[in-house]
Amino acid sequence: MIENFTNLFIGFGIALTPYHIALMFAGVAFGLVVGVLPGLGAPNGVSLLLPLTFAMDPVAAIILLTSIYWGALIGGSITSILFNIPGEPSSVATTFDGYPMARQGKATEALTLAFLSAGFAALVGVLLVTTLAKSVTQFALLFSPIEYFAVFMLAFASFVAFGGGSPVKTVVSIGLGLSFATVGMDTISGSVRLTYDVPDLIKGISFLVVVIGFYGIGELLETMQEPLAAKPVATRLDWSAMVRTAREWPRYWVTLIRGTLVGCWMGIAPGGPTAASFMSYGIAKRFTPGNKPFGKGVPEGVIAPETADHSAGTSAMLPMLALGLPSSATAAVLLGGLMIWGLTPGPMLFKERPDFVWGLIASMYLSNVAAVILALASVPLFARVMSVPFTIIGPLIGVVCIISAWTVSGSSFDLLLLFIFGILGFFMKTLNYPIAPMILAMVLGDRSEDAFRQSMLLSQGSLTIFFERPLSATISILTLIFLAMPIVSLLRHRFTKKAID
Amino acid sequence: MTRVHSALFGAMALAGLSFSSQAMAADWAPSKPVEFVVTAGAGGGTDIFTRTIQSIIQKNNLINQPIVVTLKGGGSGAEGFVYGKATPGDGHRLIFGTSNEWLLPLVAKVAWKREDFVPVAAMAFDEFILWTRPDAPWKTAKDYVAAAKAGNVKMGGSQSKDLDETLVKIFERAAGIKLIYIPFKSGGEAAVQLAGGHIDSNTNNPAENVGQWKAGQGIPLCVFSSQRLAAGPKVTDTMGWSDIPLCKDQGIPVDEYKMPRAVYLPGGVSPEMTKFWVDVLQKAFNTPEWKEYIEKTSQSTNFLSGKAFADYAAKDEERTRKVFDEAGWLLK
Repeated sequence: MIENFTNLFIGFGIALTPYHIALMFAGVAFGLVVGVLPGLGAPNGVSLLLPLTFAMDPVAAIILLTSIYWGALIGGSITSILFNIPGEPSSVATTFDGYPMARQGKATEALTLAFLSAGFAALVGVLLVTTLAKSVTQFALLFSPIEYFAVFMLAFASFVAFGGGSPVKTVVSIGLGLSFATVGMDTISGSVRLTYDVPDLIKGISFLVVVIGFYGIGELLETMQEPLAAKPVATRLDWSAMVRTAREWPRYWVTLIRGTLVGCWMGIAPGGPTAASFMSYGIAKRFTPGNKPFGKGVPEGVIAPETADHSAGTSAMLPMLALGLPSSATAAVLLGGLMIWGLTPGPMLFKERPDFVWGLIASMYLSNVAAVILALASVPLFARVMSVPFTIIGPLIGVVCIISAWTVSGSSFDLLLLFIFGILGFFMKTLNYPIAPMILAMVLGDRSEDAFRQSMLLSQGSLTIFFERPLSATISILTLIFLAMPIVSLLRHRFTKKAID
Repeated sequence: MTRVHSALFGAMALAGLSFSSQAMAADWAPSKPVEFVVTAGAGGGTDIFTRTIQSIIQKNNLINQPIVVTLKGGGSGAEGFVYGKATPGDGHRLIFGTSNEWLLPLVAKVAWKREDFVPVAAMAFDEFILWTRPDAPWKTAKDYVAAAKAGNVKMGGSQSKDLDETLVKIFERAAGIKLIYIPFKSGGEAAVQLAGGHIDSNTNNPAENVGQWKAGQGIPLCVFSSQRLAAGPKVTDTMGWSDIPLCKDQGIPVDEYKMPRAVYLPGGVSPEMTKFWVDVLQKAFNTPEWKEYIEKTSQSTNFLSGKAFADYAAKDEERTRKVFDEAGWLLK
């Protein structure tokens, strides 16, 4: 561990040159812009700039590209909060309470909370990477498809079990999400499923198109129904709201730490930032005392997903560098970059190119701080957007949605899907079907199906395999407890009611 | 007014451009930015192949238009081919892939046939190696086959009914064994699962497993080739690529199995367009940067274009069709 800190200081020596610092700020600023535009997103932003780095030194190149990633992760929350359109898949959960806060005129507060929490969690994530580099790598190697499946189920259980609403409607919503995730080429059998001979469906249904449709277009349609919505939301533009929020922020330390831990766990496990943010939101909802109205604009509902998202994003760099295992689409692009620069991701990278690894880790401290500073500085600007009347901002959001859906893969078929999902989203909202479980099912459905079928191949069809290995058994039992909790509390509720009668 | 003026000027410049390239004996040259379509996910072998070509062309100014790389890896690369098929006759869109161009239509209901694309060139041929976990009881490919005869040996690979599983089928038949094949999303995933000891073996390309080999988390047993790999520097303290024995010398009669890395154009392009790109790729092939890429990824290299490439594809399709037929994978 001491050795790690010595290495870190060498890393700071490498990262702290004016050239590298300039790259960090440039990367973060570009990332913020990329993150704000839904659909463009971090993976596209990073691959856009990848050719630029061919001629660069690998350390400078990775600093630039990861800075874009950090910027985009933070920027993704901005549109989630202001317009209910998640800029990044991992900021979907931020919309649940961030958007209601903004509608209530608390956009400044929501953005400030989101950025501060994101920065805090990212720093904890990097600290974890610094101190536990070696043991964490060994831990990640323990994960076979059996453990992956257990982790996905845990994320599922912690979100779904603690959600409110009608259980039947939740199941319908999950079923829809799972079937959308099934469309396209199947990894395990190599055949095409549910495409109805439409060539555009072979690639599957993009999760981002669904999200932009349901949240962006669906929300627009819903807002148009209410005459009141045409009125701008009064937003205070003063810096004092920011300062006050920042001062109140440490009060939520329980949510902060819990969310960060969930994120670190999912970053290393590796379940990825999107699953982490959903899981963290679900847990916060269940365990925050005082029956807070989650989903109607409570600060904890912004802090929980933001912390998990960012600690997962940063700590996931470890399995990427040390195992060559990307836990997100952006990490996969970065991995490609590593190989083009002539580096081999994998266990030996730490030994062969310590300058690269520790330079990168040191830069992660700095660029995350830079990202938070730049993002906070932009709060008054973005908060001001909320005071623009809906008649002007509404059509703009529509245009942004269409451009975003187009950018995902440049396919006009996706635009058709966008509107279908927008209309579906509108009806689901009107009929009170929860949308979040469907989104989670889409995120995890594909991967958990693969993991399940791989496990079944490994065990030759025996379901007990999930309880035979210590790690998966522990996670599976935790999943069962989570799932049982709502039932237990329901029974207890009925029982006490009867006792009173 | 100025806009009209500059548009006119631009058209004149364009005309001049095409005129000057005509003078250089090539009848066609790209007149707008060129798109390189990667029919695989980010960071995989095809992505790196594409970006290597892109960087060689840009560094050496082989064409006078910018190049945009787009990732279309959905559905085992089917997304990229469907995308390429949508613009017949367009010489500004190149598709980068492997033998999946002619193999995928055999096993999956995809919306193209082999003839829908014009093969431009195959440039690199990636090798397949039988890798095993370091704590495995077997130390040679012979012992591995002996153990597999008893059953329950797990083999991981990238995708299903794709190159890895096809090789596994050929391997099983040649060695008279039955393996439990587990498909993963990528070779990288199969390498990590092997390092964790969750599977017993995989058939990764050299570049997919070299990181693990260096760290002692994966051991090469034999290579599915007719000759040993190029030596290069030692990978571990004791072994280099050329020290890996041939599978056929280990009692596994699989003569050769390779994955071509190739470039295609949409169908209906003019012969001039094809010629232009064959020339550009030939030039890229002759650069030191290309040599460096081949050495770093331990592939073999050979420039096949025109009839040579078409013959290669036809022969490979014939051989693989047999394997698919026996496995019952062929589309009816």
